[in-house]
Amino acid sequence: MKLKLSSLSKPLIYMILLVMALVSILPLYWVFVTALQLPAYQNEEMERPVSYVESTPPKLYPVGITEYMSQWQKKRAALSAGESEKAQFHQEKMTEVREKTFESFVTLFERTEILRWLFNSLYIALLGTFLLVLLDTMAGYVLAKKKFPGRMLIFWVIISTMMIPEQVTLVPTFIMVQKLELFNTHWALILPNLALAFGVFLMRQFLLSIPDELIEAAKIDGASEWKIFYTIIIPLAKPAMAVLSIFTFVLIWNAFLWPIIVINDTELLTLPAGLKTLQDANLASFKLLMTGATIAAIPMIIFFLMFQKYFVRGLTLGGVKE
Amino acid sequence: MSVQTEFEHSKQGALSHRPHGKKKRKRPTLLQEIKKNKAAYLFLMPKLLFFTVFMLIPILWSFVLSFQEFGVFETTWVGFKNYVDVFESPLFRTSLWNTFLYTVVTVPAFVITALIIATMIHPLGKLSQSFFRSAFYLPTVTSMVIIAMVWRWMYNYRFGLFNYVLGWFGIESIDWLNQTATALPALMIMSILIPPGAGIIIYLAAMNNISPTLYEAAKIDGASPFQRWWRITVPLIKPTTLYLVILSTIGSFQVFTQIIMMTGGGPGNATETIVHVIYKTAFRDFNFGLASAQSVILFFIIMIFAIFQYRWFRTEN
Repeated sequence: MKLKLSSLSKPLIYMILLVMALVSILPLYWVFVTALQLPAYQNEEMERPVSYVESTPPKLYPVGITEYMSQWQKKRAALSAGESEKAQFHQEKMTEVREKTFESFVTLFERTEILRWLFNSLYIALLGTFLLVLLDTMAGYVLAKKKFPGRMLIFWVIISTMMIPEQVTLVPTFIMVQKLELFNTHWALILPNLALAFGVFLMRQFLLSIPDELIEAAKIDGASEWKIFYTIIIPLAKPAMAVLSIFTFVLIWNAFLWPIIVINDTELLTLPAGLKTLQDANLASFKLLMTGATIAAIPMIIFFLMFQKYFVRGLTLGGVKE
Repeated sequence: MSVQTEFEHSKQGALSHRPHGKKKRKRPTLLQEIKKNKAAYLFLMPKLLFFTVFMLIPILWSFVLSFQEFGVFETTWVGFKNYVDVFESPLFRTSLWNTFLYTVVTVPAFVITALIIATMIHPLGKLSQSFFRSAFYLPTVTSMVIIAMVWRWMYNYRFGLFNYVLGWFGIESIDWLNQTATALPALMIMSILIPPGAGIIIYLAAMNNISPTLYEAAKIDGASPFQRWWRITVPLIKPTTLYLVILSTIGSFQVFTQIIMMTGGGPGNATETIVHVIYKTAFRDFNFGLASAQSVILFFIIMIFAIFQYRWFRTEN
């Protein structure tokens, strides 16, 4: 009886988990499908073209394309012409489907600044991540391995800001950015991130485990501080730097509140903020919005699939007692 | 734990600097110490610079601003006027209540869902574990802006997924986001149905840390699978639960993106939340003093909640 239950429950657990995982991915999948849907499709029985975005039930596969293809395949079969004409017909229709499928991508690239936003997001996130990881590794190294007056005070002051919600600093940082004449520039999106505390904490905790002897030995060999840093510390700190990099990258890439506050010009926006203006302008159809969402989501998904294990390591670093 | 060892570490460090033994030298003055550690300060400087300009000063300034009326030409000291205004404002009270409701509903849902899913994944093999971990975490790496855009569509009155599914059961369509009664619940449902990816990963790591011998011993004593889970797993991962509760509470008090993308705080003030009100006060009305007072209040609310939760989870056993 007991044995039966356990042998039964395992497939059941798999089933439940799979269904839940599918449901959780469904909204994203739906975004992609909608982006690839043909805009509208005229069926013989219907009076007017039907937009697939507005159809009920919601279409969960690119139905426009399938319907269209089956329709012209019927027509081609009915064609009483030679093989070469049939082949030409096929070619023409294929081009038509391809064009219609990617129509909204083309529209988006032509009529909006989305390519610009994509580029902005990419370089702001890359530059911001590079600078933050560099500064945090330097600070973390010093706080972990050097003994000097004030180090515990500095450490605790930095750490204590981790508990303060970002909204508290929103208004003063905004005024600060204006005073420094950074308003409506990309520096306003990059520099304030460099104040974040969690990276210092992470790097310091990680570097505490590095044996002092390594550093001492290099010192005896006459290496300069900077040389010790980049020949010993950086190679050893790489795992922690990788974790910090991916979290910083995602954080900056997905940032939303701050970009919509400090950026005025449409062409300077980042991708998430740009998508909001698309929605606000109301000129975009759902299909166009979903196409934009697809363009915004795909880099993050690729990024996640590439660095999965670092995501897991980063998440468990803070949450589980050793 | 790490805090304590660190403290000892620093104590030892301080001791080792003290002169002792036969060769008695003068203790170096602070200035000498600083000079000796020039390199250390140079390494710290860039971080400290940005930290001071964009974190330390803004935090202190925020408290100062909350007692001021910030104008274009002059800034005047108004004492507690902003705080009085905040508490007398029905809009802020509504936003406080909405945020509180949202937190009370979504935080337990987040933690319990994470616990249940992690419990189901935990007994599986290594490969399946990592597969499901990724499957549940994947949706959370995409921007909330995108998620909010799809969900707005799923809640659409005429062709949304929700009303379609309701139709199966013969229930009439609901205008989810445009009705006072359903707008906030719709946002709560959304937050509950988005998988708690981070929570699952953190719980799984905690569960994998529990020694299997404990379960074996309990098995020999005749404990049922549920008893083993309830008596061993749940108590042992309590620190993780505490961590997740505090973290998700902080996150929930800051809910913003969904609001601005899906409802804009409406209909009426049905979905106004604290951060959305702060945003409007500061960057639509440009009332910086009032917005600062609101954000200081948000800070204290989060702090009180965190302390309260910490105490509660600690004293329970």
